[in-house]
Amino acid sequence: MDESSSRRDFLRAVTAIGVAGLPAAAVSTDSTAPAPAPTPPVTRPAHHGLHGAVPREAEEAYLYFTAPEAAFVEAALSSLIPADELGPGAREAGVACFIDRELAGAYGAAARTYRQGPWPEGTPEQGFQSPLTPKEIYRVAIAETNALCRARHGQPFDGLDATRREEILRGLESGTIALESVSARLFFSLLWANCQEGFFADPIYGGNRDKAGWALVGFPGVAAAYTDDIGKHNVPYRVVPVSIGDIRHGRAAVDPRGHAIHARLDKRG
Amino acid sequence: MTAATLKPVDVVTVGVGVTGSILGKELADAGLKVVGLERGAMRDTHPDFDMPGIHDELKYARRYELMQDLSRETVTFRNAPAETALPMRQLGSFLPGEGLGGAGVHWNGHTWRFLPWDFQTRSQTVARYGKDALAADCTSQDWGVTYGELEPHYDRFERLFGVGGMAGNLRGEIRPGGNPFEGPRSRDYPNPPMKDSYATALFAQGAASLGYRPFPLPSSNMTRGYTNPYGLTMGPCVYCGYCERFGCEMGAKASPQTAVLPALLANPNYELRTRANVLRVNLDSQNKRAVSVTYVDARGREFEQPADLVLLTSYVFGNVRHMLLAGIGHPYDPVANQGVVGRNYAYQCTSGVTAFFEDKVFNPFMGAGALGSVVDEFNGDNFDHTGLGFVGGGFIACNSNGSRPIDSHPVPPGTPRWGGGWKKAVARYYGRSIGLYCHGAVQSYRTNYLDVDPTYRDAFGLPLLRMTFDFHDNERRMSAYVTARAEDIAKALGPRATSAAARSGRYSIVPYQSTHNTGGAVMGADPATSAVNPYLQSWDVPNVFVVGASAFPQNAGYNPTGTVGALTYRVADAIKSRYLAHPGPLTG
Repeated sequence: MDESSSRRDFLRAVTAIGVAGLPAAAVSTDSTAPAPAPTPPVTRPAHHGLHGAVPREAEEAYLYFTAPEAAFVEAALSSLIPADELGPGAREAGVACFIDRELAGAYGAAARTYRQGPWPEGTPEQGFQSPLTPKEIYRVAIAETNALCRARHGQPFDGLDATRREEILRGLESGTIALESVSARLFFSLLWANCQEGFFADPIYGGNRDKAGWALVGFPGVAAAYTDDIGKHNVPYRVVPVSIGDIRHGRAAVDPRGHAIHARLDKRG
Repeated sequence: MTAATLKPVDVVTVGVGVTGSILGKELADAGLKVVGLERGAMRDTHPDFDMPGIHDELKYARRYELMQDLSRETVTFRNAPAETALPMRQLGSFLPGEGLGGAGVHWNGHTWRFLPWDFQTRSQTVARYGKDALAADCTSQDWGVTYGELEPHYDRFERLFGVGGMAGNLRGEIRPGGNPFEGPRSRDYPNPPMKDSYATALFAQGAASLGYRPFPLPSSNMTRGYTNPYGLTMGPCVYCGYCERFGCEMGAKASPQTAVLPALLANPNYELRTRANVLRVNLDSQNKRAVSVTYVDARGREFEQPADLVLLTSYVFGNVRHMLLAGIGHPYDPVANQGVVGRNYAYQCTSGVTAFFEDKVFNPFMGAGALGSVVDEFNGDNFDHTGLGFVGGGFIACNSNGSRPIDSHPVPPGTPRWGGGWKKAVARYYGRSIGLYCHGAVQSYRTNYLDVDPTYRDAFGLPLLRMTFDFHDNERRMSAYVTARAEDIAKALGPRATSAAARSGRYSIVPYQSTHNTGGAVMGADPATSAVNPYLQSWDVPNVFVVGASAFPQNAGYNPTGTVGALTYRVADAIKSRYLAHPGPLTG
């Protein structure tokens, strides 16, 4: 189904069930703005997904990270969520690409963060008070951690073996490693939060490649209408996960209201 | 900059969320010319919440697409008056909305009535336990309105929002399956309760086995197609699990967009102006009357909008800040314990228990914002507090409101924090765990208050609001007690392990707790201890009404929206039936 026909179907469905909509004419200010263009297709579709192989172009091109930064992040991701018999880890799932894109955009620039000084560090209860943006935190913290790794072990972080990498990560996490420009614990908490986000966010953001994070836990992604399933108690609902891109590109079926029609994996259940 | 003066209107609402839209509707229908000024953008079910884009956990639940943009305005925070308040630079503990509909767009839909006791916290506590039962610095007080006086307005709001539930007390008759502790209701809920998930059904069984009386959480997620008294039809919820922090693609969650605005915007007496950020309420030379509000539009132009009635209908922080910046009422001074504006800021004292199973699968991604099973045995004064060292309490619930994996992947105690062991536990228990939730009250205290920050300013150069707040021993003891009762229930379900976390230590603005900020412009019968009278009218500037949870003298152990809606209808009635005929202070 193409985008426009799915939208028409959706509008028909919405009208049919009588969902309340606002009469635009009564809105005086915003109504002068042009209607937003339809969302363009995503540029990096998930590849070799369960809904069929699609090309993977340009996805390895980092927007923000330098080569040493990318190597650091990829190595850290291998320790944080490793590949194992359960499936791909964060590195294999493209989480470095996810973090890179986040840092290159509004999130990395702290666009929705209050950024006026003064900037005392405050108490833990007062929360984030660094004058650095997330992308600046990654830049300085990676450089300073690599300098520490070279001083201790003669190699940057990504050159260390797995045991030493984990030791360094634990040092950042606990604060037993001190960085000059930013709290090591703040950097670790940011890296770990972004790692989990990239592992479990919709693949349109560049991570969760092949929906590896969703497959790991059994999360179906874009929801179906569960009206008839919510009451099936202690019955596993195992399905092929569906991403936003799957629907936008017609790789997954939707019902008249736009909810996913999930393909069951009952044989695995 | 000189502001262009606009044509006078009868009423202006500062904010168009739940309270602003209802008051706009009621007063425009009464023939008044009403202008609604909304600081944020226009947004509606279509196209803003369309499938499949709305099912995006990162965008809405983690990057807070529908919430306040802190780069323009935030609050500053400290735990105690001796500390220096610093800005809340990132969202965390609470998530105020921004844009048309306010937080009424991204809420879950829990729609409670407070207990009759809640409205008389001080007098009832003193009567039952003596005057020493409340701490010396506790400033909790009676509301100046009783449950009985609010009941018709609760009923009206439940009709508006199509609430689904099971009546526990119908005109005094206790009904099986409902909340036996609730105040008498004149009518049943307009809609039946939600379907049970496995988690909520299991919780209800376990709670009943301990002798408690579980009941379905009152829900503003439609349990069937419903047409409300404004003639607006909301479709049925499909249990998709993307509710709190999201807009509803089905228009199945009651909100200003689905329950009020389409009818309101069709009324020619009403005009909505979005991206209209009110800078100040302008008073006359005696500070006895509001004459206009000044706002900035999307192009940075200032306008002065004269109005006979100014209704502050923003979130708690906006309401209190506008009063402080305009000089409406006397600012609270915690040292002298005098003044009223900013006094009695309170919050919610939440805690939780997670239960992990080997033999049960919950499909936790299914659910609805207000799908839950609840016990109320440990709320309010529903239990004997003698010897417990605290007043108040909270409900214990198990909700299936959609567990999405970035934010929700519980692991049993002892699991490594990351690495291969963490990954295995997440894979194992994402679908095999449930959460029990304690929703505790917070009393008011002399040192918990709102005032104007001396240092930090918003994008328009105006001072930020400063929050001084901490939990007190009463709340910590309450949380320990109620959380232990929740863990008893969790253990009755036969889990492999449980993990309980009562609220302890200092309040932190970092982890999400609830968007249930209350007080600062509290209501009451005594102008010495309240900023607004029992009709939410400013004691000092009677053509200003301050509407919202800002009026709660302390916070109860329930979600606030039902009571906010009831108070809003009471204000609408008071304005229409009394104020318009005799503009001035409403008494009696």
